[in-house]
Amino acid sequence: MCVLPDKRGHFGVFGGKFVPETLMPALAELEEAYEEAKNDTAFLDELYYYLREYVGRPSPLYLADRLTKYCGGAKIYLKREDLNHTGAHKINNTIGQVLLARRMGKKRVIAETGAGQHGVATATAAAMFGLECIVFMGEEDIRRQELNVFRMKLLGARVEPVSSGSRTLKDAMNEAIRDWVTNVRTTFYVLGSVGGPHPYPMIVRDFQKIIGEETRNQIVEKEGRLPDYILACVGGGSNAMGIFYPFLQEQKVKLIGVEAAGRGLDTPYHAATLTGGSKGVLHGAFTYILQDDDGQILEAHSVSAGLDYPGVGPEHSFLMESGRVEYTSVTDSEALEAFQVLCRTEGIIPALESSHALAYALKMVPQTDPEEIVVLNLSGRGDKDVQTVTGLLEVDR
Amino acid sequence: MITAGKKDTVQNRIPEKFSLLAGKGEKALVTFITAGDPDLETTGKLVLTLEKAGADIIELGVPYSDPLADGPIIEQASQRALRSGTTLKKIFRTVTELRRETQIPIILMTYYNPLLRYGLDKVAEDAAIAGVDGFIVPDLPMEESDEFKSLLKPQGICMIPLVAPTSGPRRIKMIAGNAEGFVYCVSLTGVTGVREGVPDNLKEFMGMVREATDTPLAVGFGISNPEQVKVISQYCDAVIVGSALVKTIGEKGSSPELQNEVFRMTESLKGPLKGSGLDKAAFGR
Repeated sequence: MCVLPDKRGHFGVFGGKFVPETLMPALAELEEAYEEAKNDTAFLDELYYYLREYVGRPSPLYLADRLTKYCGGAKIYLKREDLNHTGAHKINNTIGQVLLARRMGKKRVIAETGAGQHGVATATAAAMFGLECIVFMGEEDIRRQELNVFRMKLLGARVEPVSSGSRTLKDAMNEAIRDWVTNVRTTFYVLGSVGGPHPYPMIVRDFQKIIGEETRNQIVEKEGRLPDYILACVGGGSNAMGIFYPFLQEQKVKLIGVEAAGRGLDTPYHAATLTGGSKGVLHGAFTYILQDDDGQILEAHSVSAGLDYPGVGPEHSFLMESGRVEYTSVTDSEALEAFQVLCRTEGIIPALESSHALAYALKMVPQTDPEEIVVLNLSGRGDKDVQTVTGLLEVDR
Repeated sequence: MITAGKKDTVQNRIPEKFSLLAGKGEKALVTFITAGDPDLETTGKLVLTLEKAGADIIELGVPYSDPLADGPIIEQASQRALRSGTTLKKIFRTVTELRRETQIPIILMTYYNPLLRYGLDKVAEDAAIAGVDGFIVPDLPMEESDEFKSLLKPQGICMIPLVAPTSGPRRIKMIAGNAEGFVYCVSLTGVTGVREGVPDNLKEFMGMVREATDTPLAVGFGISNPEQVKVISQYCDAVIVGSALVKTIGEKGSSPELQNEVFRMTESLKGPLKGSGLDKAAFGR
């Protein structure tokens, strides 16, 4: 198998660099700096030092015994990215990118955020390395994720509300790109997912692939073999890319990405880009997107702010078309149901994003053999979602 | 006639316009407005008003939901145009109708996704039939533009490339060296919008572009008043004004003052460009 992306940043027909000319030299500069850094043992030593001592890696691969019994099929392991510092997988990438920013001499970092997890993770890394940090966030998401807004401010970041468009992640990303176009000489754009122009999909994947590498070692240690299935939720797709990537060559391991079907794929209110969208260009990459007949970008809808995005990383588009990864979707109400099941069976409050992967597990695992093994990427914890969920559920108080 | 706008030959109106102006010792005023803001009927009238007031080339913005190279003024105009039901197809129709009354060069400024959705080959065909002379696609850099460019060429339509102050000599040489129509020189590192003064280092930047090509150079981004036009025109063959006009259109909407106000603004912006074309001293200084 050839190494992807190719030199021009393409995964098959997907990916590329569809950005204003002003940014093209900055992307080339970033690519060059990254290529140097990833072959520099001093950089890697420092990265792994912080991932170990500060983030708390490796994250456990936990056998969810009661959940396994509840489903009555394959053994379910949870990759506990929710136990990372700041509560999600996002920190793996922001530590890497902020180290890169420092190496490139950039003193100011910017980021977009949806659920606020990437914003918090960027603000955290920026605080630790003493860099100025501005986070763009849609007003709708600010409303939904009050706790994370407060966390970012505590960490010394400036949260810049974005009032254009659907006032969610896609608009925050537009605004971050506009800021980058304006301040490109001094600013490093810490992009949070495997989307955007090359080299971001590659860089973010590489910083997240530690999830899959650890999973591989851990499952071999515990079970003496590779898992049969790996499940992960897909919005932009960074946690999924991170856990899938080290298994792409292992054809026997079934990889399944779960998108947000919102109120249903038969309604306009979903965020299922791969399973319910079409090909186009958004935020610098050719990939699957949600669009109307005139090529205008549609608003995505999901109960989970982190999946509420009308695009997806180009490598996922490639993996879907090549048939290597299967993509499916679950609705808001299925995700909410799964959210509660994990709370009650395992005493773990999952992020609404990760609850989408769980919801698919609840459907799929009962059909599997008890001899089989499922690994589910529990990409984040749900503290940030408690407010949203309380509003949607009737909980005994 | 259905093919009202179709050119008899592949002769493009943009180079014709530049040689005509050079003969008169003038420089070009390129005016940008968002098509369909507030509606396409008004856009049609505005194009004729702009021409009467002295605009030499018309840039029509195709509204897009996520215009990431634009500032708030043009973004809001895009939103208004989308609300009025503007589509690429309808814009081609407006250009077709305009071609019965004017031969002013018309360029469409559009993001890439609406073109992809329409079908690149069909865009090139329909644009030629309507009488479009060029395309500016701000999110389609040189590295990704071969396919669209090769479809436009047989139709005699120019792909206007952009260069930015961050491009550096090597990219400028490659981009400007292959330019058709004119080179769109982005005056500053930033998005479109109204700004005061003239960017630092513009002279050096423009000198670099001039060295790379004989194609006319147009400067845009942040230019809104005749004083800026006067200073900037020393370094180029054309000046592009967008946000300032779009702001006025946004404020006046469909009020009867709109056409007069746009006429007055355009006339004053063209002022400094008349009779300055033979001044070759600027680059020597």
